[in-house]
Amino acid sequence: MTERLTLKQAAKIPDTLMSGHRLCAGCAHPIVGRMIMKAAADRPTIVTNATGCLEVATTIFPFTSWKVPWLHTAFENAAANASGIEAAFKAMKRKGKGPLAKYDRINVIAYAGDGGTYDIGFQALSGALERGHDFTYVLMDNEAYMNTGIQRSGGTPLAAATTTSPAGRVIPGKTERKKPIDEIVVAHDIPYVATMNPAWPQDVLDKSRKAFDTVGPKFLHAFIACCRGWRYDMADTIGISKLATQSCVFPLFEVERIDRKPVWKLTGQSASIARRPESKKPVEEYLRTQGRFRHLFRPKENKELLTAIQEGVDHRWEMLLKRCGL
Amino acid sequence: MRQGVSGAVYGDGEEVMAKQRLMGLNGDEAVAYATKQVNPDVVAAYPITPQTIIVERFSEYVADGEVETEFVAVESEHSALSCSVGASAAGARAFTATAANGLALMWEILYIASSLRLPIVMAIANRALSGPINIHNDHSDSMGARDSGWIQIYCENAQEVYDASITAWRVAEHMKIQTPVMVCLDGFTLSHTMENVMTLPDEEIQKFIGERGFLTVEGHMGEGELRLNPEMPLTMGPLDLQDFYFEHKMHQVEALKDSLEYIKDVDEEWAKLSGRKYEYVEPYLMEDAEMALIGMGSMMGTIRHMVDELRSEGVKAGMIKLRLFRPLPVEAIKKAVGDVPVLGVIEKAISFGAPASPLMEELMTSYYHDKEKPMMANYVVGLGGRDVSPDIIKQAYTSLEKIKETGKVERLSTYLGVRGE
Repeated sequence: MTERLTLKQAAKIPDTLMSGHRLCAGCAHPIVGRMIMKAAADRPTIVTNATGCLEVATTIFPFTSWKVPWLHTAFENAAANASGIEAAFKAMKRKGKGPLAKYDRINVIAYAGDGGTYDIGFQALSGALERGHDFTYVLMDNEAYMNTGIQRSGGTPLAAATTTSPAGRVIPGKTERKKPIDEIVVAHDIPYVATMNPAWPQDVLDKSRKAFDTVGPKFLHAFIACCRGWRYDMADTIGISKLATQSCVFPLFEVERIDRKPVWKLTGQSASIARRPESKKPVEEYLRTQGRFRHLFRPKENKELLTAIQEGVDHRWEMLLKRCGL
Repeated sequence: MRQGVSGAVYGDGEEVMAKQRLMGLNGDEAVAYATKQVNPDVVAAYPITPQTIIVERFSEYVADGEVETEFVAVESEHSALSCSVGASAAGARAFTATAANGLALMWEILYIASSLRLPIVMAIANRALSGPINIHNDHSDSMGARDSGWIQIYCENAQEVYDASITAWRVAEHMKIQTPVMVCLDGFTLSHTMENVMTLPDEEIQKFIGERGFLTVEGHMGEGELRLNPEMPLTMGPLDLQDFYFEHKMHQVEALKDSLEYIKDVDEEWAKLSGRKYEYVEPYLMEDAEMALIGMGSMMGTIRHMVDELRSEGVKAGMIKLRLFRPLPVEAIKKAVGDVPVLGVIEKAISFGAPASPLMEELMTSYYHDKEKPMMANYVVGLGGRDVSPDIIKQAYTSLEKIKETGKVERLSTYLGVRGE
């Protein structure tokens, strides 16, 4: 069983994702990233990072924020890089060769954004999950290609305005829904999948710990609010993140493989909403906080689309409850 | 069969040959067998004709416990090389193999592997690039990767394939080189054609290969080996902008240039062990030649045959086999070319819209400032596996003869063995 790492204990663990990086003020990346790295600290850890905000802003040569070995190669191959690192560890251990051979296990963490996961890195991710490598894939989901300037991705939600799905006179932002990536990953029959939100840091620690203590491929889906891309004040990152879960736009859950079956379980705030459905907030409250949804309210309210968004969230929430046996 | 430049054993012949075993191997099997003897830490590969036999044979070695390699059956060539990069960065010896479209899919990662200075070895079973789709041999795939910062060795026969599949590791991992290497073998002509191959015992190969060495670098947490090591963390592959990118590219320029000094040491050491001595450039009957063809790969055997035939007819023909294309051994080529007045550059690749094919362009560039230089003509042959028959080669020599007589190169590039030319 995984031993719990409390926030108090975590605060005392030295950071391996250091300050001084160039991520935007208010960005959720380092909030989540630091906690994941703290949860990883009890084992030797190697990180590989897909091209994206986290990579670009933490490693401008000759500076780096990483106090663990770290590798970036390209956009679409974080899972393949991780496969190679893990394969190297296994082989070197078998042969008793090199500095890695002495470790019982290492954490291999692959960070990638929504573009690097839902879209261009999807194939490499699927392949690595199918092959069963012992690694943890962390999806840092800020719901668009933020690093290149807010272009829509498969992870961008319905109606969000991006630079390639702008809210125009005819088309009101993105016309497609967010790809259900967690279900797709769960369908790969891997031992652990979980969603996490920086507004609930203990939950981030708990799930990261569980992932690292599980052998095989693990998938952590982190909600990464983006003040530049979503158009909100940088002080509101945690508040908006909270609303995302309170409105069931981004529910918190985990899926563990028990007796060869995926067992879905709501966690934290989402479990409590399931117990008290009246506490579920309307999606509109979440949407109103962000400029990317402004066209839904101004110059006049787009009732039809707002209803469609709410229905979509409700529908997915119902499906999730059912999966969790509720 | 001709093995190496001398065609004869090197050093003490009997002693060198006594421990060798003659095997019947096709080119792909020669790669797989050599790689088995090397016993790399990680092999990541994806199947593509005509490379498949390499992966199949190697999988058998893994399944039978003949290697300790971690075999990763990836879902694409892009991941094959990405996985190799991850493994090599983590300190492993990593091998992969591909061809044609597979190499094209790896494109992005080729440059990344070489810029990270990872000594990965990759076999290329040379095949025509799509489209139209075609599974047979030409050099359009690896020629397209000529600017990717990899060293490229082109083989003439299965013996050369076996030998290069071993020496490539020493070249890639040489402390002054630390650059990935492609071993190129012609699809089907070599990959699927069984030949006699002299092989050395596993322990000799292990001794020859030794342990992988690592560059020492100044990291943000101190000095350490260039590898992913939790005890000395490095940031590999960071964002590198206007202020440093250029210098890092210069490191590669220097490494490739300097490698010409060191690859021959590896070849020399291999010659002592195996009796087979390879040169970057292997001339044949060039001393008194009045015309010559220079080229790469399996067709050089056919060209050698044609040189013999022309010689028997009294024509003073010669040829130069180029084994190393990256880095291009310009001095060695010029030395081999000597004062031959007419040089034909024969190639299985096109550079669309360019004045000539790649090797031709590079040779003309190399000779541009020289006062004494041969007249040069480019012959493009064998695309999509079109047979490069003795008759095609004869056409090239006939054309060279005409150039010699008239003193004029009427066409820079001629396409031989194609309808409508």
